[in-house]
This record gives sequence, structure tokens and C-alpha cells, in this order.
Amino acid sequence: MPATSKAMRDSHARVFDLDVLSLRELNQALHNLAPGSNETAWEVLNPKGSHSVAVGVDQPVSIDVRGSVGYYCGGMNSGSTITVHGSAGPGVGENMMSGSIVIKGDASQYAGATGKGGLLVIEGNASSRCGISMKGIDIVVHGNIGHMSAFMAQSGNLVVLGDAGDALGDSIYEARLFVRGKVDSLGADCIAKELRPEHLELLQGLLDRAGVTGVKPSEFKRYGSARTLYNFNIDNADAY
Amino acid sequence: MTYRNPPTTPRKSATFDDYTLSEIRRAAATGIYDIRGAGAKRKLPHFDDLLFLGASISRYPLEGYRERCDTSVVLGSRHAKKPIELKIPITIAGMSFGSLSGPAKEALGRGATLSGTSTTTGDGGMTEEERGHSKQLVYQYLPSRYGMNLRDLRRADAIEVVVGQGAKPGGGGMLLGQKISDRVAEMRTLPKGIDQRSASRHPDWTGPDDLEIKILELREITDWEKPIYVKVGGARPYYDTALAVKAGADVVVVDGMQGGTAATQEVFIENVGQPTLACIRPAVQALQDLGMHRKVQLIVSGGIRNGADVAKALALGVDAVSIGTAALVALGDNDPRWEAEYNELGTTSGAYDDWHEGKDPAGITTQDPELMKRVDPVAAGRRLANYLKVMTLEAQTIARACGKNSLHNLEPEDLVALTIEAAAMAGVPLAGTNWIPGKNGF
Repeated sequence: MPATSKAMRDSHARVFDLDVLSLRELNQALHNLAPGSNETAWEVLNPKGSHSVAVGVDQPVSIDVRGSVGYYCGGMNSGSTITVHGSAGPGVGENMMSGSIVIKGDASQYAGATGKGGLLVIEGNASSRCGISMKGIDIVVHGNIGHMSAFMAQSGNLVVLGDAGDALGDSIYEARLFVRGKVDSLGADCIAKELRPEHLELLQGLLDRAGVTGVKPSEFKRYGSARTLYNFNIDNADAY
Repeated sequence: MTYRNPPTTPRKSATFDDYTLSEIRRAAATGIYDIRGAGAKRKLPHFDDLLFLGASISRYPLEGYRERCDTSVVLGSRHAKKPIELKIPITIAGMSFGSLSGPAKEALGRGATLSGTSTTTGDGGMTEEERGHSKQLVYQYLPSRYGMNLRDLRRADAIEVVVGQGAKPGGGGMLLGQKISDRVAEMRTLPKGIDQRSASRHPDWTGPDDLEIKILELREITDWEKPIYVKVGGARPYYDTALAVKAGADVVVVDGMQGGTAATQEVFIENVGQPTLACIRPAVQALQDLGMHRKVQLIVSGGIRNGADVAKALALGVDAVSIGTAALVALGDNDPRWEAEYNELGTTSGAYDDWHEGKDPAGITTQDPELMKRVDPVAAGRRLANYLKVMTLEAQTIARACGKNSLHNLEPEDLVALTIEAAAMAGVPLAGTNWIPGKNGF
């Protein structure tokens, strides 16, 4: 459906056409939102791969982006709900604090990098380094993820319905990784772990929040840290 | 009486000196490299190798106690709506909470604020101690992103994207388990007591083109209000400065190899990177070649100790300097009053550099609740302010003698070098000659 017809239908949404207004005007308007503002629905037209769309939003508004975005869409998001009706460039949802971001298409590298909270859903595939240095964010990828994903992942959950590339979870700390398909290889100090009832429950909750249906938690394998590299030991030097 | 051949004096090797031998024995016994804090300790060409000429018949001086010599500097006017205005061109470098105790961070904030200058966070996030006591606080944006959050980003006065540091260009942070208290662990979202080896690369950008997009994001998040600094270790100062400017930096920070660290490998500190003196002219040249000198400000750090160092750095084209190690000494680091305790740790005051072990008798590089009580933030902050005042007065004394009504009017033509090496690095003549190695056809 053409973007404009949806915008016209939804008369309550504040529409920002990036063909007409600048990125600066969009982000400033979002940052000017006062707590409790009734401008809770936003629509961004013609992003055409713009970088830094809807970054640093700290109010619980919903933002529909009609098209694909460049780098860092929703960066440092704090409480807003962003839906990208297209694909996302590198670093989508980087350092997200809370709220949620849904990518209807694919995501490039570093999706959800260093995220501290909130939920990032990628309905297509994610590229390399998905969830790198994640610090509490939950990430659900409907498709596959690339190599070096969850590198140095500290906390949070990464759920992958498809496959994972090489070196998954290299140097991982306390993040939990759930992969339904095959894993090309595990990184240093990352091991397969038992899927216990509490993990099944956690997974079901994440799948529900991400709108995934027809997939059972028991179909996943869990991966996490072997914790052998937490304190430096010269006998582990070959692991690096 | 029997004749004895005259003995030769026992002779130690210059190559295998006592320190080298001890390090070989230590490595053989432990199987692990030596980790320590601080910067390069080896003898390097430095500001001591430069002299000011002062006034003469062709240049006349300003009256020391009567005529004004401006020390203020504005950082970040290129793009930021709210640039940093400092009363003195000496800032406090980034040092992490975690590496330093809470009271030490508070003292740095107090001292900087009393002096009208800025202080900087580090690889551990922003604490209330330093935000509360720092009128102007620079928030570091590091590869680890420990503690990075939107609220702190917005309440910072400037943002410093850290690409590297002089003690270890190409190395990430290191904080060993002894210093990972509950509070430090919580701020960094990591388990207590583990050895933290921070990433050396940023997780979501690589290269100068990405950096430009990353800086745009930080500006958009903060509504183009805050100056964005880019800090690099003294590796390739010409190209790093040019690329930082191209990526949109308001301020470039170049940290030479004498710049300190909380902890890293000794071999890294002593063998990677360039001396501070060698970094300045290439960085200034890059700015001049781009027509950006004085438009993008240059901060240099690594081994700044007194007002003469400040004046020499400024004369070479720097806009401000930054101090870390010297600031810690002003707070009380390595103070001889704790000599007995330094001895118990197998060292002596002035040489103590095992900052990663968290046993600092001076209570600065520790998370031990008892030891950190030894730092009175108010008194230590006052000492830092006194020290900054002295450095500023010293720099003004030199500038007036050179006939300058602002520290920033000092110029390379006010300097000569004592050694060929320093002359080449600083691009000023060897004393008594008009020879600048590498120039004038030589």
C-alpha cells in the first residue's frame, strides 16, 4: 500500500515527510515531546535510507517509518515503539534503553549493539555482529544471523529462529543465546547449555512479545558462557 | 708476596640491565606478561628538550604583574550550539570510575570546577560524584559502552569519542577482578570479580566514513548542542587528525605515549605509539592543511607536568592540554607519606604503578572502602586547583616574557630545541643554529 494513503487514513498520526522536512526537524520534534503528550502516533515518510532516524526518543510514542533506513535507526531509544516498514542499515537500535523496535525487512551489521533494554525484533535476517556487546536488550530474529553475533554479549537474550553464522557468542559473558537452526561455529568460551524449564518459559515470553506464532520453545538450543575466560589464566592463552 | 693480576671491574650489560634481567626472571616464574598502570617510563624526547627565547631587542615583553595575559579557550565552536568555555587551557583527562575511587573522581571534579576547566569520565560510565561536582563534564563514548545511557549523554557538556589512548593505541581497557566491586560491576553490567578486558574497537562503526555517521547520530541525539571530541592515541597523528576533522569532530584530542592508563601490558605501554612531542606538529599540520587550525581545536596530552610544558605545547599550535597522571599526583598519588606501605607492596613512592591491583595506599586507584577514605575530596580538589593555578601562572610568566598577551599567541618561533631529535620533532631550530632537521634543505 502506498505510504501516503496509510498516512491519510490515520488522521491522528503526525506525519513527517523526509522529502519535505529535514532529519533534524524530525528528531527535534520527537525530542520536544513533553511527558504525557497526546501526540502519541508518528509516521515518517520517504526515509530513503536516511541515517539516525528517530534517535534518542525518550517518550512512549509509536513511530511508523514507511521505507528503509540507514545507520542507527532508533539509536538509544528510551521507551518509544518504532516500526520500520522496510529494512534497516547498520546499528539499528544501538544502545537501546527501553521500548521496542520492529524491522519488517532485514537488518545490517551490529543490530542492537550494546543495547541495555527493550525489545528489538527483526522479521527478516540480521547480518554479522548482531547483538554485539549487548547489555540487557532482548533481540528476536525471525530469520538468520551472521558471523560474530553476540560478541562479548554481557546480558539479555538473543533469539534466532533460523541459523547463526561463525563464532557465535565469542567471549560471551552472561547473555543467553537461543538458536533454532544450525550454528556454523561457536566462538571462544561459548558452549551449548541445557534448556531448562525456566528457559522454556523465558523463550515463550520472548516469542509472544515478538509476535512469533507456530514455533515451540523446545525447538531451540541454548548457548552461553563457559566462564573459563572470566579471570585471566595463561593456560587459556590459546583460546584468544 | 704473590703477584695477583689486576681484576677487572664487574661490568653489567647495557642491553641486559638490572630491570631487563628482573623482567626475564619474573616472566619465567609467572608465565604472564607484566601489567601495570601509568604511561611510558622510558626516557623520551620531551618538552624539556625545548627552550623559549624570551624577549630581546626585536621582541618586547609584557609587564609580569600589570599587563593581561589571556588564558581562556573555547572548545567545540565548529558545530556545537553550546561550546565549552574554559578559563584555562588545561583540562582533566578521562579516567574511569572503577580505575579510580569515587572520592578521587569527586576530587577531580571539584578541582577542575574551582579552576574553571573541564573534567572527563572514563571507561565505566558517569558517576553522580563527578557529575555533581564538575561544572563542565566531558562524557567519553568508548568501545565498551559500559554504563552508556541516554540520560547521561544528555547531561554531559561534551562528548568524547575515544578511538585510542597514548598508553596503548590499538588496545582496549583493562580492569582486573580485584577492583570490580558491586557498584563497578553494576555500572558495567558485568559479574563481580571478573577480569574486564574492554573491546579495542567500537562495536557499531569501523573506519572514518562510519565515524562520520556515528558523530551525526550523537549530534542528532543531543540536538547539536554538545561539542564532539575525537580522542586518538599518538599513532598516526597527521592522518588521524585529518580523518577526525573529516568525520566532523569539533575537537581532536591526541594522547602521546607518556599518557597514562589504569592498566595494560608493560610491553604495550613502552613500545607502541609515539612520544607526545612527536605528535604535535603533524596534528597541527593536518589542521593547517585543511584550513581548520583554531576552528577545530586540538588538545594534546601525555606527560604535561608544569606551566612550561603547557606553554610549549601551545606554542607548537595546540589549543589546550590535558593532564591525568599529574592530576592524580596533585590529589596525593605516590605521596612519600605512604612510603612504608609502598615498601610492603615491594615498591617505593614515585614508582608505584600497580594501579590495577586496587591496593593503592593513597586511596586513589582503588575500590577498597577503607583505602579510599584516605582521599578527602574537598582537600584533594583544593590541591588540584592550586596545582592548576600554578601551571597557569607559570605559562603566563613565559608568555609575557615572550611578549604575548594571550597564551595562544605563543608560536613556534618562540622556541629552540636542545637536541637534534627534539628539533626535528618539534620543527624548531636546534639552539644556536638555524637548522631544523628535515627542513632548510637538510
